[in-house]
Amino acid sequence: MLDLFAPFFQRLYETTGINFTPFYDPYDWGRLLEGMWVSVQLILAVIAVSMVIGVVGAGAQTSKLRIVRFLVAAYIEIFRNTPPIVQLLFFYFGLGAITPQVDMGGWYEPVIGSFGWAVIALGIFGGSYNVEIFRAGVDAVPETTKEAADALGFSDFKIFAYITLPLAFRFSLPALTNNVISLAKTSSLAYVIAVPEITYTLSNIWSDSVNVPEMMILLFLYYIVLVAIIAWVMGWLERKLALPGYGQ
Amino acid sequence: MTRTMSVTALTRITWRAPALTAVLCLASLTVAAQGTDGTRVSALSTLIVWIPFILKGFLLNLIMSILAMAIATVAGVILGFMQISPSVVLRVPAKLFTQLFRNSPWLVILFAIMLLLPFQVTLPGGDKILIPDWVKATIGFALPVMANVAEILRGAVLSIPSGQWESAESLAFTRHQTLRYIILPQCIRRMLPPWMNWYALLMLMTPMAAILGVNEALGNTQAAMEAAGSHPEFLIPFYLFLMTIFFVFIYPISIYTRRLERRFAAGS
Repeated sequence: MLDLFAPFFQRLYETTGINFTPFYDPYDWGRLLEGMWVSVQLILAVIAVSMVIGVVGAGAQTSKLRIVRFLVAAYIEIFRNTPPIVQLLFFYFGLGAITPQVDMGGWYEPVIGSFGWAVIALGIFGGSYNVEIFRAGVDAVPETTKEAADALGFSDFKIFAYITLPLAFRFSLPALTNNVISLAKTSSLAYVIAVPEITYTLSNIWSDSVNVPEMMILLFLYYIVLVAIIAWVMGWLERKLALPGYGQ
Repeated sequence: MTRTMSVTALTRITWRAPALTAVLCLASLTVAAQGTDGTRVSALSTLIVWIPFILKGFLLNLIMSILAMAIATVAGVILGFMQISPSVVLRVPAKLFTQLFRNSPWLVILFAIMLLLPFQVTLPGGDKILIPDWVKATIGFALPVMANVAEILRGAVLSIPSGQWESAESLAFTRHQTLRYIILPQCIRRMLPPWMNWYALLMLMTPMAAILGVNEALGNTQAAMEAAGSHPEFLIPFYLFLMTIFFVFIYPISIYTRRLERRFAAGS
């Protein structure tokens, strides 16, 4: 694929000095693809973790135990009101230093690498928003629907899993879209713990080839396209799951 | 009946929480200090020695966040007005500009400003002025907030019932007068809670400047740990302390924002 446009970008560099190294240098091309792939993996993993936390947290917020509700509230407030970058450093350096290491036959490697910590830290950060989003969705489920399920003999857990959650998920989709997009953007913070995602990769390329403006353009383009794709997928999901009788 | 009982309001923590966190942080430090070996004791005492240095960095975070918010508010309001302007020449570029900065990560915008902006400017008289890194970082932080302030303004104007516009028109108000005397006064109330939300978020993003070498709270914390001998056992207490000072500052703002949101929601 590189062969298709390499001559063009090579000539562009030679004639104008505009240096898009990843488009003619096979090594940088590989780095670019790798960075994009790691970034996509990171975003998907973070979204998955944050969704699970959101659902579990929203469920726990309806608990009858005061202490459970308090703990969830404390979690939300702590992670929403402290800088995400410090959270990331805290997890990676602070907790990473005390997690067990595996013997790789001569050298030691931590069980959780920088990618793993980025997923954990950003997932927990994003999850703190998702709890509130799902909670608002749960609140929007009509009381009568739940009462009807109760009358049919559903247990509390079954009502949550089969009645409340599927409805709540639909109600929370618009707010969820915002958070997913913001999480995708926050994933660039993984740069600080050297996860080889797109920002890290491109910054390596611009330190090697001193082509900051060109790589900046690529970086902005990458995120604009990414956000557009996420917005499109979420919009499609919203239309697909739309409930007759709600909204327009 | 039991069903309605289980539907409780979202549990919230009040003003006591920041104090509680500070106590928890201190408690964990004390626990760490009680470790048997001598190095543990030094983690706490080292932190205490470096606290003024870290707080001095935090002051720069505060200055950057306030300045950036001021720039973002002025630029964002102008951008928001351009977005609702009837003229296509103003509206379309404003929309593109807003979307560009709304959809890019803070870190990427920060990199772009830090690396692409010149580090010194030449005045018309020939004098050269060096732009300190923290000023460039401030501009970098202002841009995404600016785009979101513009969106907040646009949303607030759209939320005003069109009857207000029509009655103003029937009273022979010009577009400018309608905006100035009728629409904007009603918008400010609606804009205040999201505006404060964005300030809180901006403040939480300021430690990113440390990546680019600005000596704010995070940069100073890392420098302090290094100066103290970079023992691994420093990491948790130092970062925990850093999170605590941000929390103690931001949390009251969050609570006040929610209170305003509730009051305005009830009022309208």
